[in-house]
Amino acid sequence: MLIDRYMLEVQLGVKNLLLHKLRSFLTMLGVVFGVGSVIAMLAVGEGASKEALDRIRKLGSQNIIISSEKSVEEESSTESRGGFLSAYGLLYEDERRLSESFPSVSKTVPVKVVRREGRLGMRAMELRIIGTTPDWFELVQRPVVAGRVLVDRDFETKSNVVVLTEHGVRKLLATRSSVGQPVRLGGEYFEVIGITQNAGMIGGDIQTPDQEIDAYVPLNVARERFGDIFSKRVAGSSTREKVELHQIIAQVRSVDDVETTASGIEAMLKRFHKKADYKMSVPLALLRQAEATKRTFNIVLGSIAGISLLVGGIGIMNIMLASVTERTREIGVRRAIGAKKKQIIFQFLIETVVLSTTGGLIGMGIGMLIPWLITYFADMPTVVTLYSLSLSLGISMGVGILFGIYPAIRAANLDPIVALRHE
Amino acid sequence: MNSSTVNSNGVAAHLDDVHKIYMMGSQEVRALAGVTLSFETGEFWAILGASGSGKSTLLNLLGCLDRPTKGKYYLSGHDVSTLDDDSLSEMRLNHLGFIFQSFNLIPQSTVQENIELPLYYKGWTPEASAERARILAHKVGLSDRLDHRPMELSGGQQQRVAVARALSNDPAILLADEPTGNLDSSTSVEIMKMLTELNEQGKTIIMVTHEQDIAAHARKRLYMKDGRIERIEG
Repeated sequence: MLIDRYMLEVQLGVKNLLLHKLRSFLTMLGVVFGVGSVIAMLAVGEGASKEALDRIRKLGSQNIIISSEKSVEEESSTESRGGFLSAYGLLYEDERRLSESFPSVSKTVPVKVVRREGRLGMRAMELRIIGTTPDWFELVQRPVVAGRVLVDRDFETKSNVVVLTEHGVRKLLATRSSVGQPVRLGGEYFEVIGITQNAGMIGGDIQTPDQEIDAYVPLNVARERFGDIFSKRVAGSSTREKVELHQIIAQVRSVDDVETTASGIEAMLKRFHKKADYKMSVPLALLRQAEATKRTFNIVLGSIAGISLLVGGIGIMNIMLASVTERTREIGVRRAIGAKKKQIIFQFLIETVVLSTTGGLIGMGIGMLIPWLITYFADMPTVVTLYSLSLSLGISMGVGILFGIYPAIRAANLDPIVALRHE
Repeated sequence: MNSSTVNSNGVAAHLDDVHKIYMMGSQEVRALAGVTLSFETGEFWAILGASGSGKSTLLNLLGCLDRPTKGKYYLSGHDVSTLDDDSLSEMRLNHLGFIFQSFNLIPQSTVQENIELPLYYKGWTPEASAERARILAHKVGLSDRLDHRPMELSGGQQQRVAVARALSNDPAILLADEPTGNLDSSTSVEIMKMLTELNEQGKTIIMVTHEQDIAAHARKRLYMKDGRIERIEG
C-alpha cells in the first residue's frame, strides 16, 4: 500500500518531468557526466593499478629478490679495457650467509643462469638453463607435466639431470617420452628427468631473471660443468664476465618481517660488496607503494567527481527553483485542496531524485561504455567495479536529495493565499 | 479536538468576534474588525463588498487558508482558529471544497486527474478515485472529457471540472471565490444554475462576488464594509 503510494508519487514526478523533456534532459546532464566520468576514471585507474598490483603480487609478497647487476663504474671500465675479466654480482658465499644469519628467512633459493646449446637427437638450440636447488620448486610451485623435479639426492650425487620446461620442450621438439632420454647441454650429456609448466601460466609466480626458462639443472652440477665465467660478444669485441649467482630469492617466514629483514640483508650485502653490483627488490614494499599511489589517485579522482557532481547538483537546484516559481499556482491549488507541507516537499523531492537518479543511470551506462571503448581501441585494461557503480548511483540519488530539498521546502513554505493569486 | 467541539447542530461554520490584522510594512491593516456570524447547513450565501471591504479575507478564514488574529472560528464543530498548518490542511481536505475565479486546474493533469486530486491526498486507491471521478464528471456533464487537458476545454467546462473537483471529497461547505468572474454571461448563468442545484441537494455554499445579478442566485447576501458586516439580506 505504502509502496503503491510511492509509485504514484514517482509516476507523478516522471509525468511532470516529461512535460519538459529537453529541459529535464539538459538538467540531468551535469549528473550524467559527473557519474559517467567517475565510473570511467575509476575503471581506468582500477585497471591500471590492478595490472601493477598483479605483477607485484606475482613476485610473492613474502619474498625478497636480490639480483646481480653490473655496477655502473664496472660497466665503463670493462668497455675500455676489453677482454678483461670482470667479476661482479652475488656470490655463493652471499647465499650461505643469508640463509645462516637471518632467522626470519625460511628459505633461500640461489639462481644461476647459463646459456648453452642443447641438443636432442638432430635438433640443436641455445637454451637458457637455470642452476638452482630443490627449494626453487617449492617456492615457484609449477605443475609437473611428466617425470619429476630436482630433489636433494640429485645434489648429493651431482647427477647430470635436467628438468625441461614446456618452453624448452618446444625448442628441442621433445615429447613426454623424452623423459629418461639423454640431452646434450654444452659438452655434457644430461638425463631428462621431468617436464614442468612454464612461468606465466599460473598465478602466484615468482619473477625470474629470465622469464623464458628452458631447463633446470642442479646448481652444483651447473657450477662444476659450466663454471662461473661467461663470454659475451658485444659489438664485435668479446668480454668475459664472472658471475657466481644471478639471483637469490629469500623467502621470509612472516609478511610482517619482510621489511626489517630486507633492510638487514641490504646492510649485510653492503658490508661484503664494495661495489653496488646487486639490486634488491621487495615486492611487498612495491605493493605498499602501488597501493598508496592508488589511494592518492582515488582521492584526486574523488575530488574531481565531487566537483562535477556539485556542479550538476547546482544545475538541478537552479532548474527546480525555477520550476517552483513557475508552478507556484499549482502549489497553491494543491495546498488549498488540503495537501500538507510535507506532501509538497515530497512531491518536489521525488522529482529531483527521479531526475538525478535517471541522470545517474544514464551516466552509469556512459561510464561503462567508455572503459569498454578504451579497452577495445587502446588495449588498456579497465575494471568497472560494482563498488564504483553503487557508489555513483548512491551519490546521484544523494545529489537529488541534497539539492532538491531547498527548492522543495521553498515550494512547501509558499503561503497558499499568495500562491493562488500568483500570475 | 473534541474538547473544543461546540453544540453545532445545523451550524456549518460559526465566526465569533473574528479579527484579522495584517502588517503591510509598518502599516497595520485591519482586514476584519469583529465579525460574528453563523452559516447554517444547507444555506447559500453570497458575500459582497467593495475591494478592501474584507470579503476576501473572510473567505480565506472560512477556507482555513488563514487564522484569525483574534476571535474563534468553528468549522463543522471544530475550533480551527488555533490549529497548526498540518491540521488546517486536514480541515480543508475533509470539510471544504474550493472553486476559484480562474478555475485553477492543474494544467498538466487530465480532467479525471484534476477531479481525483483531493482523493489522492486523502489516500484513496486509484480505482476508487477513478470511480468517483466518473460519477462527478457525469454529474457536471463532462463524462466524455475525462482524458482531456484543461487547455482543451472552454472556460465554462473548466469551471465545471473545478466544481466536480470541489465536490469529490464531499465537503461540508463549498467555497466559491468569484466563480463566474472569468466567464461570459451565458456560461455564468450555467455555472450559477449548477451551484443552485447543488444547494438544493443540500450543499452549503458560500460565494464571494461583486456582481449583484450573480449574488441574486444566493438565498442570503452578506454585505461587508471596512472589515465589518454592513448588512445581511434574505
